Order: sequence, then structure tokens, then C-alpha cells
Amino acid sequence: MTEFEIASSLEEALALVAEGYRPIAGGTDLVVAARTGRAPLPGRLVSIERLDELSGIEPTTEGLLIGAVVTHARLMRTQSVIDDFTALADASALVGSPSTRNVGTIGGNVMNASPAMDTGAPLVVLNAEIVLRSTRGERRVAAADFWAGPGRTVAEPDELCVALAIPNQPDGSASAYVRLEYRRAMEIAVVGAAARVDLDGRGRIIGASVALTAVAPTIVAVDGATEVLAGRSLDPATLTDIADAASRKATPISDLRASDTYRRHCVGVMARRAVEAAFGRATGDPIAVPVNRSTGIGAAR
Amino acid sequence: MTRTFDLEVNGVAYPLTIDPGRSLLSVLRGEIGLTGTKEGCDDCECGACMVLIDGQPVNSCSLLAAQAEGRSVTTIEGIIDGDRLSEIQAGLLDEGGVQCGFCTPGMIISATALFARNPDPTPDEIRVGLSGNLCRCTGYGRIIEALAVDGVGRADRPAESGS
Repeated sequence: MTEFEIASSLEEALALVAEGYRPIAGGTDLVVAARTGRAPLPGRLVSIERLDELSGIEPTTEGLLIGAVVTHARLMRTQSVIDDFTALADASALVGSPSTRNVGTIGGNVMNASPAMDTGAPLVVLNAEIVLRSTRGERRVAAADFWAGPGRTVAEPDELCVALAIPNQPDGSASAYVRLEYRRAMEIAVVGAAARVDLDGRGRIIGASVALTAVAPTIVAVDGATEVLAGRSLDPATLTDIADAASRKATPISDLRASDTYRRHCVGVMARRAVEAAFGRATGDPIAVPVNRSTGIGAAR
Repeated sequence: MTRTFDLEVNGVAYPLTIDPGRSLLSVLRGEIGLTGTKEGCDDCECGACMVLIDGQPVNSCSLLAAQAEGRSVTTIEGIIDGDRLSEIQAGLLDEGGVQCGFCTPGMIISATALFARNPDPTPDEIRVGLSGNLCRCTGYGRIIEALAVDGVGRADRPAESGS
């Protein structure tokens, strides 16, 4: 039988996690995995979703600090996320359905470490850090270094994800996340891509980052996106080059959702479209969140 | 270790002593006896188990009952107002938005939350609002049409009129 505590403070939660309690918030991964027999419910659980300390979306001098139990529904409706960290809003709006977005949290999505997680590629291209805390102290890990494999992270067992720290993006920068999907809700990305494009004052690309969803054991960044894109216009040759760079980075599996060959090809298409959407946003094109719905690219009809 | 607490469902405080590892769905149906909330997939996919928690739709299969302590839970049994169907319930009946009926409680929960937030949704907004509810009869067209009919969500009528 499960031991269950509702934490009334972060300190209490950290002490329980140090004792071996596992945190639970929305339950959309943990409880469902237990109900369907994929993984038993942990024997000791501490409920953290009510903690004010983990519920904030706070602008800081460095950027935005998003509490671990902020839900996808809240993220997709938060204006500062939509305006400045748009790829994360795109991804949050695609997770599950209205009812799962109401309880599913960004911290849960990060710690569940699915290679198909929608919020991971946006966090990588936005240079986010995962803020971990334990009774021993706090540390931050770059999103790009955080996932170790399917369901695995570099967090120690006594560390709780308390927040995501996303740095302010440079002027002239914009981002987008696009996924390939077979249906419009309760979908898991077949493949996906996030892109960030930085423009100088004359509208030329001076920096870029592209990260990929569901084509490797973890979210992966495309090598040399800036080198591929900097100084070039987004003509067909440029877009083919970024698509090829994405496909080369992909090491996908075949499963019932798609073959490895199809995934490797389509992740290039998603990368190209994410770059186009991010570039469009950086040049003032009002592409609404999420890109999948407002433009239909990557989307089921 | 069992956990003893009161769970507020449809305005009633139900005293419970349960294994805190049990889902809200299992407790609503098995302990409290409110079986209008359906178990479809038990995998957080189908929306048949949907309830409102503090007014927001949530799949009750994916939340522990103990996590709902101190929250206000509304099930399909709490949507009806005395002997009067809600406008959404009556609209679905009148317009043929019910086939086998298994998905209907969850559909009504989703629609109730949608109309509370947006009293005059477009058909596309209705599709998004119901996007977490599967109908295995595939009766989506009539459900969406029923909810898009002028007056649904705005008028109410006696429970008898829809049967």
C-alpha cells in the first residue's frame, strides 16, 4: 500500500524526497503507468502540485523562472511565454488535450524524460537550465546536457526539479516548435523540431539553434545550425541544408508509429519548417501559437 | 498505510479511508458509488472518466483521489440541476448527440467547462474543447452540431423534455 504525503512546504518536500519519496504532481505519467501496468506506483509519494514555491512564472533580470508545477495550460496562455519564448508555448499547446494540459506540468514533462517530449526541444534551443534542489543545495543543468536516455536524467535521486530558468533571448530572436502528428489531440510526436533564429538589425541571420524530438534516445541538438544558416537567406538551398543536417543527426527507431527511414526524412522536414516559422516570427510575421494549428504544417487535418 | 480524509464531490463531503495509491476514478466509482463517471481506457487517452476539479476538466484516471483532498470535484451527477437537465445535456439529447452514451458524461464535462469559459464557441473551438474525448461510435459530427446549435449553453429546460 502506498505511503502518501501532501507537502506543505518545499523544505518538507525536499526532506521527504531525500528519504526516498517520489514526487507526484499532475499524475498523467506516473499514475497512468501504474494503472496500465507499465511501472508500479512508487511505494512512497509526496504530492507537490500545491506548493506556491513551485507555482510561479517570474521574470528575473536574467530571464524567466518557471516553477516546476506550472501546467501546460498555464504556459500556453502566459503572454510573456508566447511573446518571448514562443517555441515553448507552441509545445505546451500541443501536449495531450485540454484535460491533461490542466494537470500536466513542465517539471513533470522534463523529469519523465521521454524522447518524444514536446517541451524538450524548445528548452534546448532557448538555452534553458533545469533547476534542481535537494537538502544538499541547488544546482542548474543545461537542458542540452540533462537527459541521459529514455526515462533517464542526470538528476540524483534526492534532487527535485524546482524550476526551469530560461535566459532572456537577444533582440531580433524568435523561436518555433513544430511536430509531425497523425491526430490533433492526445498525440505523441512522431518527430518534432524546435528552432531559434537570431537576426541582426538588418534582418540577416547571425545565430541559430535547432533541436529534435523523437529521433534519438533523448532530445538532441543539431550540430552547427548557426554555421548552416548564418549570413544566408532562407532560399531552397539553405532550407535543404538545414533539413539534411537534422536528418544526419537523427538516429531514430522503427516502431508502430513510424519507420526509422520515415522519421529520419520527416525530422528534416520539421526542422526546415520550424526554421521558417521562427524566421517568420523574427521578421514580424504574426504566426499564432501553436504553429501546428495556425499554419497546419506538421498537423493532422 | 491507509489515508483518511473527506473528499468533496458535487458539494457533498464523503469521508474516506483508502489506499492513497488509488485513482480518483476508482474511488468515485468503487467507494462513493457515483458510476456516471466511466472507465474507458484507464490510460488517460479517452476522456470517459473526465470530472471537473475546481471547475477545470481533468481525467480522473490519472489523478490520485488523495490529491483531490481539499478540492471541489464535480462529476456528471453534479451537472444536473435538481430535476432539470443542463442546457448542454438537453441539447445533446434533442439534437441526437448521443449514441451508445458511454462517452457522453465526459463529453458533457468538457462541454460544461468550455461553455463556462466561452459561452458562444465556434465549431472549431468546440472541436478543440472536446479534443480529449473519444467517441468510439464516431458520433462526433452530431455531438459538435448539437453543441453548436443556437441556444445550447444558454437556455435550460426540464429533464423530461429530452427523453
